[in-house]
Amino acid sequence: MRERIRGALESQRAGKERPPSITVLSSLLAIQDDLHYLPDEAIEETAIFCDSTINDVWSVASFYTNFRFTPPGLTTVDVCWGPTCHLMGAQQVLAAVQDELGVDAEETSDDGKITLRYSTCLGACAQAPVIARDHVLTGKTNPTAARTFIADLRQELDNGLAH
Amino acid sequence: MVSRTEAPVDTYAVAMSQQTQYAMLRARARQSWERLVKGDKPWVRVGLGASGQAAGAEDVFEALKPYGSDGSGQINLSYVGAHGLMYLETIVDVMVPDSNRIFHANVTPEMIPDLMAHYVDGRDQHPLHESACAYSGHRDAITADLPDWNQLQPNALQKKVLTANFGNIDPHDIFQYIAHDGYSALNKAVLSMTPEEVLEEVKTSGLRGRGGAAFPTGLKWSFLAPSKEPVKYVLCNCEEGDPGAFNDKGILESDPHRLIEGLIINGYATNSTHGVVFIRQGHEIPIEATRHAIDQAYENGLLGENILGSDFSFDMEVSLTGDSYVAGEETAMMEAIEGKRSTPRYKPPFPAQAGLFQKPTNINNVKTIAYVPGIVAAGGDDFKGIGTESSSGTALVCLTGHIKRPGMYEVEMGMTIRQVLEDIGGGVSDGSQRIKLLQTGGPLGGVLGEEAFDTEIDFDAMAQAGAILGSGGIIVGDESTDVVDLIRNLVAFNQFESCGKCFPCRLGNTHMLDVLDRMCKNEARPGDMKLLETVGNNMKVGSLCGHGQLGYNPISSAITYFEEEFQQRFEGALEKSGPFGDGSMILPSRTRP
Repeated sequence: MRERIRGALESQRAGKERPPSITVLSSLLAIQDDLHYLPDEAIEETAIFCDSTINDVWSVASFYTNFRFTPPGLTTVDVCWGPTCHLMGAQQVLAAVQDELGVDAEETSDDGKITLRYSTCLGACAQAPVIARDHVLTGKTNPTAARTFIADLRQELDNGLAH
Repeated sequence: MVSRTEAPVDTYAVAMSQQTQYAMLRARARQSWERLVKGDKPWVRVGLGASGQAAGAEDVFEALKPYGSDGSGQINLSYVGAHGLMYLETIVDVMVPDSNRIFHANVTPEMIPDLMAHYVDGRDQHPLHESACAYSGHRDAITADLPDWNQLQPNALQKKVLTANFGNIDPHDIFQYIAHDGYSALNKAVLSMTPEEVLEEVKTSGLRGRGGAAFPTGLKWSFLAPSKEPVKYVLCNCEEGDPGAFNDKGILESDPHRLIEGLIINGYATNSTHGVVFIRQGHEIPIEATRHAIDQAYENGLLGENILGSDFSFDMEVSLTGDSYVAGEETAMMEAIEGKRSTPRYKPPFPAQAGLFQKPTNINNVKTIAYVPGIVAAGGDDFKGIGTESSSGTALVCLTGHIKRPGMYEVEMGMTIRQVLEDIGGGVSDGSQRIKLLQTGGPLGGVLGEEAFDTEIDFDAMAQAGAILGSGGIIVGDESTDVVDLIRNLVAFNQFESCGKCFPCRLGNTHMLDVLDRMCKNEARPGDMKLLETVGNNMKVGSLCGHGQLGYNPISSAITYFEEEFQQRFEGALEKSGPFGDGSMILPSRTRP
């Protein structure tokens, strides 16, 4: 685990012609891009890598809502609850997705496959309501379409695992 | 004897003789553009910004790939950013070799074989696919029954300054931007103008910041320019956390080089050394487009040492933030770029004195910066001539919600809101009776009722009406919209996104959300309206940044236009409301530790 985390931290500058500015935040983003969550070791390694403290790294990690500290499911589904989507029926979509996943908050389904996240805006409001799978957007959804979206996703993950 | 016959003009040779780096880039760009538009294959462009992706454009693009990509096959295939007319997405347009361009709307992958048959199998044998919605170019037998794309009402009523290249050029190809005069303003600035002259043009233009505060841009730059510090930053803010606004990301995904050129000029005019484009993580399409564009600018001598052969050197990078709305506040943004919690700083010191890493810094919004190349190229007076006296230029509005033609439209300042709604937006969406309200300027903006629809789009006129133009988001609600429930949604957003630094904002938003929740559950208590006002006023005076200071805005503006709907909550005239009819709403539960 620590090796992989160090690899993610190093990847920020390795092989780059013009290495970007490296900070605690950029380091945490790099680790989460790779692991999809931040284990305790990530906080420690970031503190060492950035010459910071565990306290200061935690203060950053706990602030930004995209960071999570437990492993998510295989796929993350975002449902937008911003005002445009709200007017276009996002709450019903959220309820349908939660029902389909068997969760009642931002949680992972019991089978560990799909993690639900509430998004404040996915940036495609002209196609509201919007739902996304790992940042890939689908617009003009409704409760029925959202249920199908989840069912298809589940099917795809099942097939993927079988192979 | 020397032959009098003229040899064909070798554009490279001409460029070489002019001895400017830009002339050479320009010649190369023109040649590759000519190849695309006058080649022997149809050129197919797919609109694939975030909105296009949500409409299914990626699948359409995949379905087109077998016809040719990477220069081989029967077509040239590119993807472009947003066309603006998002109700027509997925938009596929085909430029046929005689240089007519035909637009297809609401395309699905299943349509592609029939749609392409016309272009690749011979146009005599296959009729145009029924998805064809407009053409541009000239009238012929094939385009006879189609309207002109540029005369479609939502296009004809726009004034395309920022968005002139949207839908036309591939955001991944710097030479397509250069072929459309891209980087000519930078070339002019660094080779023939002093930084002071550039700054003067920006002042003359009357450009005001498009991030929400509408501060005069030239004045802001003039705070930074005199400093002699060896390291100075110009930052471009594309945090764009406002729900309902996507025009900043729209620029990055459709025409990123316009922003990059503007930011380099911003650096030149203020004698700065570094530029940073600040984007929220997760928005992959604009992030990728911007990073790629910066790389291309370096490769072609437009960034780095001695830009375009001048003495000016400038570096640029993309910085990503985690999810935090307050990171869009300028001092909080600097904290985020430094890798810390994005909470606002005390001012003074102001950024121009001690900003990013305590160095002198300017922060501008994406749209503001993207106007700069045009201002430098055509002169500040030209820009000043567009729009109204106090708000020069255009506004890039994002029209969403219960509207027939949702999209991103660039209109001249001074157009009325009603014109935007009716003439461009096509009025209320099918199945609805009328537009009841608008929510503008993001979640800290306001709500406008019908009596305000004749307000001109202008920073000051909008502010007077109780809303702000802000980032340009206009969310339309029809007659079924429950005002109190919508306001609860906005306040819930503000509560969720309070960074927690100032307690009046952190607790005040939570308190206001409690009250609004009570109202939606028909449990409002006498004195609740007064309570909202008291809390809101405390937030205004007790918060460091706009997030707390403006937090009461949505409520106060909604009361201005819809007071009776709030009053009804106390008279028991309404049933429990909200999306589920029982007053409840699904919300994230968290406060920032």
